[in-house]
Amino acid sequence: MGALEFGGAVEQEIAQWRAYLRHRQAIHAVDVEELEDHLRSQIASLVASGLAADEAFLVAVRRMGDLDGLSREFAVEHAERLWKQLVMVPGSAGAPGRAAYKEAVVVLGLACLAALAVKVPELFGRRLLGAGAAFYARNASLFVFPLLTGYFAWKRHLDARSRRWLIAPFLAAAIFANVFPFAPGGATEGLTALHVPIALWLAVGVAYAGGGWRLSARRMDFVRFSGECGIYYVLIALGGGVLTAFTLMMFEAIGLKVEWLAQGWLLPCGAAGAVLVAAWLVEAKQGVIENMAPVLTRVFTPLFTVLLLAFLATMAWTRSGINVARHLLIGFDLLLALVLGLLLYAASARDPEAPPDTFDGLQVLLVVSALIVDVVALAAVVARISEFGFSANKVAALGENVILLVNLGWSAWLYARFLRGDGSFAALERWQTAYLPVHAVWAGLVVVVFPPWFGYV
Amino acid sequence: MNMNKDLVAASATPLVLAILAEGDSYGYAILRRVSELSRGQLHWTDGMLYPVLHRLERLGHIGARWGTSDSGRRRKYYRITKQGRARLAEQRRQWRAVDATLRGIWPAPSETAR
Repeated sequence: MGALEFGGAVEQEIAQWRAYLRHRQAIHAVDVEELEDHLRSQIASLVASGLAADEAFLVAVRRMGDLDGLSREFAVEHAERLWKQLVMVPGSAGAPGRAAYKEAVVVLGLACLAALAVKVPELFGRRLLGAGAAFYARNASLFVFPLLTGYFAWKRHLDARSRRWLIAPFLAAAIFANVFPFAPGGATEGLTALHVPIALWLAVGVAYAGGGWRLSARRMDFVRFSGECGIYYVLIALGGGVLTAFTLMMFEAIGLKVEWLAQGWLLPCGAAGAVLVAAWLVEAKQGVIENMAPVLTRVFTPLFTVLLLAFLATMAWTRSGINVARHLLIGFDLLLALVLGLLLYAASARDPEAPPDTFDGLQVLLVVSALIVDVVALAAVVARISEFGFSANKVAALGENVILLVNLGWSAWLYARFLRGDGSFAALERWQTAYLPVHAVWAGLVVVVFPPWFGYV
Repeated sequence: MNMNKDLVAASATPLVLAILAEGDSYGYAILRRVSELSRGQLHWTDGMLYPVLHRLERLGHIGARWGTSDSGRRRKYYRITKQGRARLAEQRRQWRAVDATLRGIWPAPSETAR
């Protein structure tokens, strides 16, 4: 291949023809090669019979036939090709294949490392299923995220200075998660376990962006990555669950109880390794398979809008106030986070240049109704906060609620402007991506400040 | 002559198998052989040969391997398999039957010459 048989101009035309053919989904690279061999044979034969090379090219292309029809015939013969396949390691040799193979080896190595890292503290007497459970809860993300960050630092060829900086957050997390004298089962310990991963996810994002974290587009890429990674992780977890169930069932059939294997090894090691595998899958599938998160967003945005509107209407109709239960604030935090997720993933898949459509109107309706519901709930909580007093959990939930409220409130305003034609969608996207670090900073504050502030209980 | 599309499609399998029964070959050479055999009367769109070859390969009638052409390009060569030969024999019986039937009712070619 690539031998210059017919002189520059014709070779260029052949290259163009080849590129055009490569875009056909049903026609694979090897088929293009086969067809090109045909085309070249035809040209050579025509040239031998006296035609000029460029004329011969035109005749040969014409004889090859209409490419739409050809591509249809290939699609009939190879129906499976219309289903995009995720091929991790391409079969044919060549530079891209070797790079993919190397990456596969690196990722699987890191995944094994993560799986082993989970078991290391057990050597020092921290039993996952016993006294060490709280230790594991506080440090869970530290077994995996440094390796994930390392993977991206390796893949994006991060410079040495950025690499050094990226060590800092993990070191800080390791210190703050372990030096405080937490009261056993206290609220601040739970808060630390919950917020360390949120704060560290930002460090993963910085590595993911590969030095381009300041760019809004790269941050949006990270948002897309996070969503897809989550979905792949859940899918892998489901598969892992099936594997575990079969392990238990089959060994029980021969009279062996292997719960220790499932709970002590399969689940924790699998859960750690799966994060890296999920991240790798998302990296590999990027551009091959449609993103899943925006599809789910399309399905659930209308449903959640209906739910919120129905809730508001019922509340107004029955004049019943919100019952301020213990987990209420956390519930509404989750609601806002969910609405934010719907907004973010809809935005991630949207063409910023496109004019507003019905779905955009629906998004605004969703955000506004979520804001109203949240404000009603917040009013109920604040009105009675003196009765409860402040606890670590409540302050954390309240703080996160305010952060989400500000984010969504300003988003709604920007979105409304966009719908009226006063602003661009890009402004909304920029606002969302600029706000991402706020969540991480708040999570960091909760980890660093809350335990001493609330006396480690 | 503008041949009926269904007829062209139906004759593709026995033709390709028969040509490969003569010896291993590749796409372009197969087409050359077809036009040689039909004296240019049977005309295929070049590209359409390949889905046919791939179908026969999938069905196991022919096998394929990548080799090198005289000019040093990678080229896909096809050969007929045992199963393909059986299929060819069967096709030959069927086409003979059709041919014999039509001959029985049609006048001699000289009377219909245009």
